[in-house]
Amino acid sequence: MIRIKCPYCGDRDHSEFTYGGDGSIVYPELDASVEDWTNAIFFRKNIYGIQTETWQHVHGCRLWLKIKRSTITHEIESIEPAHKEIIKMVKNK
Amino acid sequence: MTAKRLITGGLIDRSKKLQFFWDNKKYFGYQGDTLASALLVNNIKIIGRSFKYHRPRGIMSAGVEESGALVTIGKNEYRDPNVRATTQELYDGLNAFSQNAFPNAKFDLGAINNLFNRFFAAGFYYKTFMGIPPFEWGKGTKIWMFYENFIRKAAGMGSASKKPDPDKYEHMNDYCDVIIVGSGPAGIAAALEAASNKLDVILVEQDSDLGGSYLSEDSKNLKNKISDLKNAGVRILLRTTVFGLYDSGVAGLLERVSDHKAVKSKYEPRQRFWTVRSRHTIVATGAFERHIAFGNNDLPGIMSASSVDIYLNRFSILAGKKIVVCTNNDSAYSTAIKLANSGAEVKLIDARSSVGSVLTENALNSGVFVKMNAAPFQARGYTEINKIDLAESEGNRWNNTGSEECDLLAISGGWSPTVHLLSHRGIRPKWNEENACFVADDHSEPITLAGSAAGYWNSEDCINSGKSAGIKVAHLFGKEKSSYSLPNIGGWNNPIKPVYEVRVSGKQTKSFIDFQHDVTCDDIRLAHREGFVSVEHLKRYTTLGMANDQGKMGNVIGIALMAEALGKKISEVGTTTFRPPFTPVSLGALAGRNTFQHFRALRRSPLHDWNLSHGAVMIEAGLWQRPWYFPQNNETLSDAYIRETATTRKSVGICDVTSLGKIAIQGPDSTELLNRIYTNPFAKLPIGKARYGIMLRDDGIVMDDGTSWRLSENEYFMTTSTAQAARVIAWLEELLQIRWTDLKVHVTSVSEQWCGISVAGPMSRECISKCLKSPEIISNENLPFMGVVETNLKQDIPCRIARISFSGEMAFEIYVPSDYANEMMEMIWIETEKVGGCLYGLEALGALRIEKGHVTGAELDGRVTIDDAGLGKMASTKKSYIGSAMRTRGVLSDVNREQLVGIFPKNKNATFDAGSIICKPSELKGFGVGRITSVTHSPELGHWIGLGFISGGYNLWKDKTVIATDPVRNKNVEVEIVIPHMFDPQGERMHG
Repeated sequence: MIRIKCPYCGDRDHSEFTYGGDGSIVYPELDASVEDWTNAIFFRKNIYGIQTETWQHVHGCRLWLKIKRSTITHEIESIEPAHKEIIKMVKNK
Repeated sequence: MTAKRLITGGLIDRSKKLQFFWDNKKYFGYQGDTLASALLVNNIKIIGRSFKYHRPRGIMSAGVEESGALVTIGKNEYRDPNVRATTQELYDGLNAFSQNAFPNAKFDLGAINNLFNRFFAAGFYYKTFMGIPPFEWGKGTKIWMFYENFIRKAAGMGSASKKPDPDKYEHMNDYCDVIIVGSGPAGIAAALEAASNKLDVILVEQDSDLGGSYLSEDSKNLKNKISDLKNAGVRILLRTTVFGLYDSGVAGLLERVSDHKAVKSKYEPRQRFWTVRSRHTIVATGAFERHIAFGNNDLPGIMSASSVDIYLNRFSILAGKKIVVCTNNDSAYSTAIKLANSGAEVKLIDARSSVGSVLTENALNSGVFVKMNAAPFQARGYTEINKIDLAESEGNRWNNTGSEECDLLAISGGWSPTVHLLSHRGIRPKWNEENACFVADDHSEPITLAGSAAGYWNSEDCINSGKSAGIKVAHLFGKEKSSYSLPNIGGWNNPIKPVYEVRVSGKQTKSFIDFQHDVTCDDIRLAHREGFVSVEHLKRYTTLGMANDQGKMGNVIGIALMAEALGKKISEVGTTTFRPPFTPVSLGALAGRNTFQHFRALRRSPLHDWNLSHGAVMIEAGLWQRPWYFPQNNETLSDAYIRETATTRKSVGICDVTSLGKIAIQGPDSTELLNRIYTNPFAKLPIGKARYGIMLRDDGIVMDDGTSWRLSENEYFMTTSTAQAARVIAWLEELLQIRWTDLKVHVTSVSEQWCGISVAGPMSRECISKCLKSPEIISNENLPFMGVVETNLKQDIPCRIARISFSGEMAFEIYVPSDYANEMMEMIWIETEKVGGCLYGLEALGALRIEKGHVTGAELDGRVTIDDAGLGKMASTKKSYIGSAMRTRGVLSDVNREQLVGIFPKNKNATFDAGSIICKPSELKGFGVGRITSVTHSPELGHWIGLGFISGGYNLWKDKTVIATDPVRNKNVEVEIVIPHMFDPQGERMHG
């Protein structure tokens, strides 16, 4: 069990969250080429160390989060809402 | 071995006599006894038989490390196998049975294996893959599969009941600042210190009583400490094992709530599985006393010295009359003295050549005979020990030197700190040469070790290390400023002499390391000879430490022998990783209450009771309970759905569609969002109109289909399929929060807020309009196909109506706020009944849509493109949307892809099954050329029909006969391929 500190809800069990995927991907424009989309969707690095991931607090505030997590120890380095405006709102909460 | 109960002393209650049954014979013990102590004092020496050789096994310890006294508790469906007798509290009427023996443990026919041990050495099982050694008899898979059955049957200890577990289990969750594992001197000191600093402390003890080693010492002092703990507000969990430590300070605990009770409360679970989240963990789990490997060291009557001490002091049992204590360290001296003071004839054999005079003088003064520089080399006796052959040390060798008669042999081969919980967190123990044991390495986990788990051997150091741990944690949480210092680990006056195996050259002995799996010293050397050099491989090849004690008694000896064989130091060989659970956890506890109908959440429509009261038979659809069919007068399923389908097409039918996902999409960019996620254009959908849409995944495969209704300029009401409801809302949230953060849209799941029904059939409009305040609002002119209106039913019930059809008939979906579900249904049902309409369930819904060739989850299974599903016309070429770039990539535009088709049987009386493979008549094998996804009887067409996919689609296969083959049911049916829209292909009925 990993504990994830949701910026809105606080410290929670990871079972309240769902894992999204690689949080470092910049998705191409909708009209981008098949090559760009193929790279964005199918090619992933197998990181040994800190990786950026997306998680959603589905059984909570439903925020999508960007989490930097160690694939070796599961230790979480940082957590913030994926949406920039929401970061500001959570900070002012 | 002749054990007897002393007249006074111990923590047993002599006023409470308990009767219990061992292999159906009646015996007595006292309140406070364990099953092991009660068996011991009743002089039952052979408790069970060993795994491979069926050698007699007796009680070897007094705790969780027990490898000999494994028993089955309880009868029939309550049977619990492989219980350590040493941890089972005695209760009145307890039923216990010996294991792995026939006809009984005392006389066991399986013991014949002992004579053939040559064939059962390490790796025996693996070698059978290549035929049975030595002649590789029975080489080859077929024969192996045959005799493997017998190996399976012969292996294993107790057997579980095959009936369902009748007990109840619970899950608990908790939080604290500090969780302290173990309530011995160190654990109690740590708890008191932490609690005095206002920390929230949970103290966990696997035993029935607090105290750890205090329990076999002075109990008066312990009582005060326990009341101190309670006054300090320490939360105490007894009979509870921390079986694993996990990420982020999460601990898994197993509490045995009623395993020790004669009469179990109806309202109490058998066990509780706790998940405790703490900020810090103090591990004060003590240490295990090691055995020594020597000949026949598994004979009943050979026990660890500390357990002999515990039986004497806690249970008031003197376990033998003539006792030999063999040691290589200081700890056994006090045991020898206590035994002598209790009236036994005690001989102490120390492997060390000399120790300080204080130690020996104390022993001699109590009448203990002391012999130095000697160790046990071979135990004698058939079913129990009666003599021990000793060996003298000469350099690195041992030479035979006479023997001592005895009825009990107590062994202390040194101590191993219980570092299992740290190992769970990936902290590998390192070898400490001076103390001849593995200790925890430095680490950065929020865990502190205390007491003998950290390698402190004397009580005072243990208490101090516990105190220090408590203060350290207070420091970490910014509570206390007082300082602490840690003693040095170790603490014996005389150093330990490492002794792992005593072997006299030229003498063949059977010296056990793992008593449960019958792993001997020779097995380790054999594994080495056969090329296994890593301890991890050694473990798996010999199965050392793989029984349910997980190597608590034998691992260190095995590693030491491997190091010797490799000519390396133990520190270079290292140790295997201990993984959770520390002691066995029943599967029932892990499942808790999540069994049977509670296995997962149950979802019911607000119309659930209404449906039931109108005769619905329910079916599970994901988490949902949905009406399956509404039988009348003993109708079967197929009678009912055929009638419901026909009635709906003839007059009108009502179906509860509440389980569809419903999403409110609100905000100025709502239209833009829909236009980007659906394949078809949404930019110009007028207010008051709905549109069917398909959404793809990034990779171009269909994710889901549904309708979106434009309620106003900036608001839509989206429906999704039942199965994908959760996924679609999460997907929209992901897009809006991660990718398209500039879009001003809110998406909210309103699935619970709205109750929906579909009213379908030529008379549907008539029935609904009678329920409306303004009936003309749904006339063909005011509400044409795909029209949407927000209005009121009679009694001012607000509702949303869309003219949408899944059945192919003129049909309306009506949604009302969930609280009005019954009123709406009642109102419309009255009108429906008047015109001879019906209620229909999921089966008829399926029949209606299959006739029309409408796809659902059975077809849109995550492998299908929009073209495969025959919906290519819905993929816009004038805009970009999610999946538009990828949907025609490479293989996805292959003309030979499987495409949606309708399927008719050649012989119209024939039926076929969903899941059948479509094959060419000449090639009834392999993956075939297609597959059938949905089937039904079509009342309109009068025969069986299906939907499916076939390579190349309709055009390639029209007018050709293919076979629907079902290899599992051995069924081959001739079928023909038709267009998927098998009924009313022009859609005239729904537009009418």
